[in-house]
Amino acid sequence: MEFLNGLVFLTNFVIVPALAYGAQLAIGALGVTLVYAILRFSNFAHGDTMAFGTAVTIKVTAVLVAMGITLGPLPTALLAMPVGILATGLLVLGTDWLIYKFYRQQKAKPVILVIVSLGVMFVMNGLTRVFIGVRDIQFADGARFLMTVRQFKDWTGLDEGLAIKTTQAITLVTAAITVAALFWFLNKTRTGKSMRAFSDNEDLALLSGIDPDRVVRVTWLIVAALATIAGVLYGLDKSFKAFTYFQLLLPIFAAAIVGGIGNPVGAIAGGFLIAFAEVTVTYPLKKVLTYWLPDGMGPDGLVQLLSGDYKFAVSFMILLIVLLFKPTGLFKGQNI
Amino acid sequence: MTDTLRTSLFAVFVALLILGTGFLDNWNLALVILNYGLISAIMALGVNLQWGLAGLFNVGVMGFVALGGLASVLITMPPVTEAWAAGGGRVLLGLAIGAAAIAVLVTVYKRMAKGRTRNLVMIVLSIASFFAFRTVFDGGVSAIESVNPSLSGYLGGLNFGGDAGRDWWWMPIIAWPVGGLLAAGAAWAIGKVALGLRSDYLAIATLGIAEIIVAVLKNENWMSRGVLNVTGLPRPVPYETDLQVDPAFVTAANDLGIDATTASTLAVKLLYAGLFSVFLIVLLLLAQRALHSPWGRMMRAIRDNEVAAEAMGKDVTRRHLQIFIIGSAICGLAGAMMTTLDGQMTPAAYQPLRFTFLVWVMVIVGGSGNNIGSVLGGMLIWWLWVAVGEYGPDLMIWATSALHAESALKASLIDSAPQMRFLVMGTVLLLILRFSPRGILPEK
Amino acid sequence: MTDNPYRDDRGNNDRSITKSGGGVAQPVTSGQSSPAPGTPFLIGDAMTGGYGKGPDILHSCTIAVEPGEIAVIVGPNGAGKSTAMKAMFGMLDVRSGRVMLDGEDITALSPQQRVVKGMGFVPQTHNIFTSMTVEENLEMGAFIRRDDFRDTMAQIYDLFPILKEKRLQPAGELSGGQRQQVAVGRALMTKPKVLMLDEPTAGVSPIVMDELFDRIIEVARTGIPILMVEQNARQALEIADKAYVLVQGANAHTGTGKELLANPEVRRSFLGG
Repeated sequence: MEFLNGLVFLTNFVIVPALAYGAQLAIGALGVTLVYAILRFSNFAHGDTMAFGTAVTIKVTAVLVAMGITLGPLPTALLAMPVGILATGLLVLGTDWLIYKFYRQQKAKPVILVIVSLGVMFVMNGLTRVFIGVRDIQFADGARFLMTVRQFKDWTGLDEGLAIKTTQAITLVTAAITVAALFWFLNKTRTGKSMRAFSDNEDLALLSGIDPDRVVRVTWLIVAALATIAGVLYGLDKSFKAFTYFQLLLPIFAAAIVGGIGNPVGAIAGGFLIAFAEVTVTYPLKKVLTYWLPDGMGPDGLVQLLSGDYKFAVSFMILLIVLLFKPTGLFKGQNI
Repeated sequence: MTDTLRTSLFAVFVALLILGTGFLDNWNLALVILNYGLISAIMALGVNLQWGLAGLFNVGVMGFVALGGLASVLITMPPVTEAWAAGGGRVLLGLAIGAAAIAVLVTVYKRMAKGRTRNLVMIVLSIASFFAFRTVFDGGVSAIESVNPSLSGYLGGLNFGGDAGRDWWWMPIIAWPVGGLLAAGAAWAIGKVALGLRSDYLAIATLGIAEIIVAVLKNENWMSRGVLNVTGLPRPVPYETDLQVDPAFVTAANDLGIDATTASTLAVKLLYAGLFSVFLIVLLLLAQRALHSPWGRMMRAIRDNEVAAEAMGKDVTRRHLQIFIIGSAICGLAGAMMTTLDGQMTPAAYQPLRFTFLVWVMVIVGGSGNNIGSVLGGMLIWWLWVAVGEYGPDLMIWATSALHAESALKASLIDSAPQMRFLVMGTVLLLILRFSPRGILPEK
Repeated sequence: MTDNPYRDDRGNNDRSITKSGGGVAQPVTSGQSSPAPGTPFLIGDAMTGGYGKGPDILHSCTIAVEPGEIAVIVGPNGAGKSTAMKAMFGMLDVRSGRVMLDGEDITALSPQQRVVKGMGFVPQTHNIFTSMTVEENLEMGAFIRRDDFRDTMAQIYDLFPILKEKRLQPAGELSGGQRQQVAVGRALMTKPKVLMLDEPTAGVSPIVMDELFDRIIEVARTGIPILMVEQNARQALEIADKAYVLVQGANAHTGTGKELLANPEVRRSFLGG
């Protein structure tokens, strides 16, 4: 009983939130890793791409709600998300056509593209701020909980409760579908395979008749979709704020690199690793240990290893440790 | 167009922008822009050393700037004796335990044979030392933070003059190079890890460390009051109020035909500008000498072909570490100056877009690899940043004057004018990269 | 520093922000082909040219292959052997001279267009997709084909049985000789009219080399003409129907393999007596 209570407590406050957060990071990291694998640079504008997609989704959600269209227990944002994806897709395709394409034709070195992406980051950041402002926005509607603490307690008879927020459940389901679809696309379809070939060996892909412009277009569209999905899920689960999304860049990069940048499996593993580390280290574990340790041995302090404001430090420490001991990341690769 | 002509034209252009602000708007604003512009120019110089000369992609400028700011607090503020008595020793002991634990861990890792035993020992040691550290340290911290929390609640600085030391004008100036040293120390630690083992993960390492430094400054109240801010930092120049009651100054102002209040604010800013200019000119001269010395040529050789340089027996990692430390130290120095100029330490104000990426825009626009270019780029971009913030809203009101007075679009456009800064900065960067990729003053 | 301001090397070693291995091929811009009846099956006729704005490497160099032949290009290091082949494939500017395939002038076509016209090319290095399985490599070879290519794949598996065995393994995990078989197999997937191999035996052991030569002869027996650049002149000449000795980017000797093997000057100058 003691053990179960402790486990439920841990699940409620650490495992479930970390799973949701990890899924959001993983989808974000997948976007970064795809750009890295195919366009060969780290896209500093990714956080702001996420913010833009989410901002559009929020606006559309507001319109839908005003028109009386909702999804019942599910957040209306899910209905609005395709529009957000479309708008983001158009934005990144436009950006590519207007900006990145020129550098590809010049055969510019990747680092030039990184600096270009800094410029794009500023512009997208400004666009989002102008479009939706800098305030904190809550846009989750529908049922708040899939399962409340009380329901769980009544059902199991345990002292500790387990609540699952609708947004957490949606995050996990959406993430699973997204990841499955992405992997199916990359491994089973002709276009997906041509993207992998292009990432692996650009010159040989050209010799095989693969159209680089098409590969790049498809990549940007997928990246736009991934960024919007990750952004909307994160915003539903927590809240939307342009600056927070920019800051997500660090854990997302960390996740991509820990897993082995350029490798999609690595991006997912990295996302969950970073999320679990962040949540575990910054959550007070006193109650869990009180349940699990023999009577009288429970800790006096909160056993919060680091204050919540140090969550960036955690993702960074994980990154450093992995790079020190396994410099290529957990999964080798660089190729999708 | 010769290089010299191009450089002079650019310099005149930047000077005209600042003078124009003075003539057309007001001189206080012009001098504020000049002062922060000079500091930005120093930061740009530091980043240019790393990026332009050595090709190191440092996106953690904000962290080094913030460390410089911390130095400004630590050096110039008088110590809070009660806080030291309450928990100073304990905090120091805690830190000593932490440092010793790291030393022991490194030794164990180096001395013991690879294998499961070593991993086990490392894990047990790190957990044990972490708890020992937290137990000692946390006690000290809470003792310090409970000492007069509304006013101090921190250890204070190291100004040995006590409250009298607040009036020593040279103390803040000493703090600036100390800020550089603090940043250099951090750069050494980061460089050791990121450059020593994998020179190719510097970007993400610096991005992370900058966030961590700012998180520490925000949270460790015992050190610098965190988000409560340390205000009223000592300054190297007289206070405006003191000048206004100084008869000699008032007479001099009247002789010039300016009222004493305006004259005092201008005089203070001019003094700052003078001080900053001295530092900037000295640094610029040193950087120019370094660029054209054999050392600078070697750095550029390493940048352009690392493999060849290594084959010729150059210790690439060591050189990279060297220049990474120097560049970061310059950023730290600028950060200390900025905190002194602000008169207060506000950790929440450190944001990567403003303190890391904006400096990058300055360097790229000015000309990577060209010291004078990045200095002028720093002033130019800083002027633009302020100008868009200052004049953007007016411009927007003017631009939307055709729209209906109660139109929602008009209201939202005017509201969003301050956000235009980011759009403008991004656009400038993209335009420069597209049409003049080597910046306004290209490297020779 | 380079002339192209977008190609500075500064900062490119940081793996957290850049991925190396971008394309370096700078193909000639695509154009139109025109009929050119009555010429040999594949011929690079009096080609003169070099890379980009660089100096000429080829000087009025002529290489031709007829159906059913194995033609080899041999010559000392730096003679422009690979360059001649790349010129025929459209990977460098041919400033004068023409390239013709099967009665068509293809001088103005890009490499991709030449693949569509029926050229199969196996580069010397980086000639497989290392992270993809053997089968996926073959599929990518057939990328331009919209018809059912399972027959072709079966034929290639017959030709290279080891590939069938390892078809689900990543190609990067195979041995050197097996990788070359994957590379040749990939090029054959388009059912090319002519197969061009750039030093297929570079860097493999002598035993593997012999096996590779055997495979190449087998490929030729299926009826595909082969043009091959080779370092190992003696073995190459032994299997060649036609051979070109290049010296400093120009034709020095031309003949059947046997003729050249018997030619005292060729023997003395670079077969080692």
